[in-house]
This record gives sequence, structure tokens and C-alpha cells, in this order.
Amino acid sequence: MSERTAAERPGRIDAVPVRHPLRWVAVAVIAVLVAMFLNMIFTNEAFNWSFVFEAMQQTPVLRGLWMGTVLVTALAMVVGISGGVILAVMRLSPNPVLSSVAWVFTWFFRSVPRLVLLTTMGALGILFQQGLSIGVPFGKQIMSLLGVDSSLTFLTLDANQIFAGIWGGVIGLGLSEAAYMAEIARAGIMSVDRGQAEAAEAIGMSRGQTMRRIVLPQAMRVIVPPTGNETIAMVKDTSLLIGLPLSNELFYQLSSIGSRTYQVFPAFVAAILFYLAITSIFMVGQYFLEKRFGRGFGQPSGAADGRIARLLGRSQQH
Amino acid sequence: MSTTAEPTEPTPPTPSSQLTSQTSPSARADSDHRRLVHAVNVTKAFHGTEVLKGIDMDVHKGEVVCLLGPSGSGKTTFLRCINQLETIDGGRIWVDDNLMGYVDKGGRLHRLHDKEIAAQRRDIGMVFQRFNLFPHMTALQNVMEGPVQVKGANKGQAKARAKELLDRVGLGDKHGAYPAQLSGGQQQRVAIARALAMDPKLMLFDEPTSALDPELVGEVLDVMKELAKAGMTMIVVTHEMSFARDVADRVVFMDAGVVVEEGPPSQCIDAPQHERTRRFLQRMRQDPKSV
Repeated sequence: MSERTAAERPGRIDAVPVRHPLRWVAVAVIAVLVAMFLNMIFTNEAFNWSFVFEAMQQTPVLRGLWMGTVLVTALAMVVGISGGVILAVMRLSPNPVLSSVAWVFTWFFRSVPRLVLLTTMGALGILFQQGLSIGVPFGKQIMSLLGVDSSLTFLTLDANQIFAGIWGGVIGLGLSEAAYMAEIARAGIMSVDRGQAEAAEAIGMSRGQTMRRIVLPQAMRVIVPPTGNETIAMVKDTSLLIGLPLSNELFYQLSSIGSRTYQVFPAFVAAILFYLAITSIFMVGQYFLEKRFGRGFGQPSGAADGRIARLLGRSQQH
Repeated sequence: MSTTAEPTEPTPPTPSSQLTSQTSPSARADSDHRRLVHAVNVTKAFHGTEVLKGIDMDVHKGEVVCLLGPSGSGKTTFLRCINQLETIDGGRIWVDDNLMGYVDKGGRLHRLHDKEIAAQRRDIGMVFQRFNLFPHMTALQNVMEGPVQVKGANKGQAKARAKELLDRVGLGDKHGAYPAQLSGGQQQRVAIARALAMDPKLMLFDEPTSALDPELVGEVLDVMKELAKAGMTMIVVTHEMSFARDVADRVVFMDAGVVVEEGPPSQCIDAPQHERTRRFLQRMRQDPKSV
């Protein structure tokens, strides 16, 4: 037996990797299915691609996309997120009046389906047939008690125009969203360690400062991902605006083109392509928001790349 | 300052408050200008369980007091009561002659608003067992946060001062690091700098080294020793006997919600009078992790 020298100590490993024959079978099956699908898309006459792209470029469709879908989504989410954070803070407040108001709000708007809510909103004008007045509450009654013929009203708006128009959509979807966002924000706030608020209070911060500077920025880490989901759901729920009825909206415009031209299916395909595009844009936005609020957590570098990879469905390998 | 209608006159005075025990607490609080913390008959219960059963304690300006005792003895709770992270059920606590949490109007106590309580806390620095640094901010931002947000300090000046404080605790090269990038000992030193940035009159330490790996304890204790040497008034809840012996002017031994024994470390640690103190110290010597 020869003497052992340093050179004979085990060195770099050069092993045969484990083979995955089933993976290759799966790849083959999927490749065939994809080929069949692409073949159908491009050869089946019913797709009528030239019509699809023509329909996508119609002015009413683009206006519906911008006003009814993108704008209402953005505004409703602004109402929903700010309302939700306020409701969450109210829910967690030691003040029993505030916390029960928040609970009742959440209970109501979570219970009513959005289509039902929007349809009802559209009919809300019947409650305010003289218009929506902004002034002193019970102003008319007070002034008639004093024997003066005035109503203490500063501004009167047409209720039908407000509730059945784009603002009705923003208010209806926004309030409904606030109820869901309240739960998300509450979970986010509660996920922040109690020690954080104590540390903030120990350096003399008020409750408001503690919430704004310390708790909410950390809660955002937990709040942002489900909020992304909510935003994407909101894009899709704008197709319910027809319940108001608000016709200046993407899906209604495309489906009416479809029924007018007897090209129903290509019109639907056009709508799907638009929804895919908007959702993809929002997902990119979500990635940057998560990166912003992930500061100080996890690995300082490389984590972001991992996250975008996961977002795009690739496996994480560093 | 009324001398009439004194609510619930506290139980037996401790040796340190005996001299003036015939006057009202307010008058007592005024009587000794060297006194920074004056606690009388402090009681506190959690869900019906009494954790503080009438604590009396005075801490003078520049004094370092170590609170010792087995876990569950109430020492951390008492510390948290001083800066009102816990509200007390009975007794009174004055810090620098301010009655904590209440204002006395004609013999009747009125609870202070959250904002006023926040103002009372400004002068009291606190260091937590688990550091509680703000994880979304760098070391420098952590230290600047209090002066800028609470005192409305100029950002440039606050930054310069924060850098100075981080240098002082030996973290001159870690200004831009997030807490997750720092070791436990480094995080705790940032936490000390954060508390010092408010220029506190009093520093409270709640088991500042208990969550640290043994080899990191020394660096935090060194910073605390420096602070003590510089004349800071400190109340330290700790299990570090050597720190208590070397640095404390006085140790207070607590057990089951009462002060069992207090005095200079040479007496209290090396020649304890009470059986409970002796038992605790013996267990500490055998197995410091058991308490």
C-alpha cells in the first residue's frame, strides 16, 4: 500500500448528475400541446385576428379602456387604500365608537356583491330627487323653526349624474374595496412587533407619529403583496360598472362592437388581450413597490433579483 | 401644590425617604434637588395578579442603580412603569419632580393626554432587551429619528450629532447599515445611541445584554460603563453580577413584587442580609442561565 500524500486527499467533486428522464417527457408533452394551441389560434377562422386588432383600436374602446377601466381602477384603489388604512386604524383604536363604526362598515360592504352594490348605487338618485345639497344638516327645519325661508344650502348637485356616472363607480368600488383593504391593513399593522411601537413611544413619539413613521412603513411589507392582488381584481371588477349603468368601459364597448358586427368571439379576445396587458403593467409596479418597502429586510443585495425572478415565474438560483 | 386631601398615603417609607416622610409627596419631591426618580408605593397587577406590591425607590442624579432579582420578580415591569410603557394601579412616580402620567388639580389626579405623556418620556431614554431598532431605517436614521421627529431638530445638525453618537458607541463605520446587517451587540449599541440622541436625564436599561451571544456582552457593557463614568443617571435591570459590582452605586434586589434588600454592591452582593437574596445569588453563581 502506497503512502498517503497531500495530493491524494479528496479534491474537487466531478460527479455525474442525477438524470431526470420524466422531465424530458413532460417537456415533450407540453411542447406538443403548445404547438396544438398555437396552431388553433393562428389557423382557426373564428379568431379573426385582423378584426381583433381593429376592434382594439376603436376610439370608444380606447376611451372605455382609459376612463372606465384604468382611471376607475386607479381612483377606486386610492379611495380603497386610504379608506382601508383609516378603517384599520379605527378598528385597532381603543375608542369603542371608532372600532365599532369600522366593524359595521366592513360588515356592510363585504356582504354586498359588487354588481348589486353598483346597480343600487345607480338607482340611489331616487333618494335625492331635489339633488344632493351641501349645507348645514337639518338646515331647512332649523330655519323654518326660526321663521325664515331658507335652507342653509351652499351647493346643490344632480344626484343622478353623480351616482350613475364615473364618480358613482369610483365611490361604489372604492368603498367596497376599503372594506377589504381594512382587513389587509389591519393584518399588516398587527404583524409589526409591539416592541416597535414601544421603542417609538420611548423616544417621545406621539401615537400618530408612531403609526406614520414606524408602524405603517413596516406594515407596508405585509400590505403591498395582497394590495397588488386587490388592484388586479379591481381591474377586472370595472367590467361590472355596466350595472350602474356606466357604458364608457372596456368590456361593454368591446362586447357591443361584437354583437353589432356578429363577431362576438374576436371582441372577447380583444378584451382579454387588454386585461392581460393592464394586469402585466400593474405587476411590474407591484415589484418596485415591494422592493421599496422591503428595505432593511432580508439580504441587502440579490434579494431583489430573486424576487423579480419569482414574479416572472423563474426558479431562484444564486 | 396642595397639602390637603392627600390621596392614599403610601405604606411604610423606605430608609431613603424616611427623612421627609411627614410631608406630602409633592413637597417631598421638591425637597431634594439631587433626587431624579422618586417612586412611592407603586403597585401594578396584570389580570388580577399583583406583580408590584408597593415599590418605593429613589434614584439620585448621576447614580447608577442595578435592579436584580429572579425572573418574574417585577423588576422589568417596574422599569417600564417609570416611563409609562405600563400604567401603574397605585402609588406615585416622579421623575425630575414631574408626576408621571397625571396632574394633581386640587388634590384630585387627572390623567394626562397621550401627547403630554409623550412629552414626559422625551427626557427618559430606554434600551430594550431585544433592541427594537427600526428595521426599515439605517443606523444613522434610527438615531436621527427622535431629534428630528419629536424635537423638530434641524436635519443637518441631527445628522452630525447622530454620527458623533455612533462614533462614541464605536460604530463609526456602520452609519449606513440596516439593523439586519448588524450583530446583536452592534444593534444594542445603536439602540443606546438612539436613546442618547434625545439628551435624556435618565437612562433605563431592560436586560440590555440578555439577548446577546456571550462574546458580544462585553462591548455593550463597555459602552454602559463609559456612560456611567460620564455621569449619566441609570437604572439597569440586569443579570450581569460583575457589571453590578463594578459599576452600580447601589443595587436593589427584588423578589415577588417587593424590594427585599438594597444597598451598595459590596454589601448586597457580597454580604446579603436576606435569605432570598442569598438563594438567588447562589443560583446565579451555579448556573447564570437558570434565572
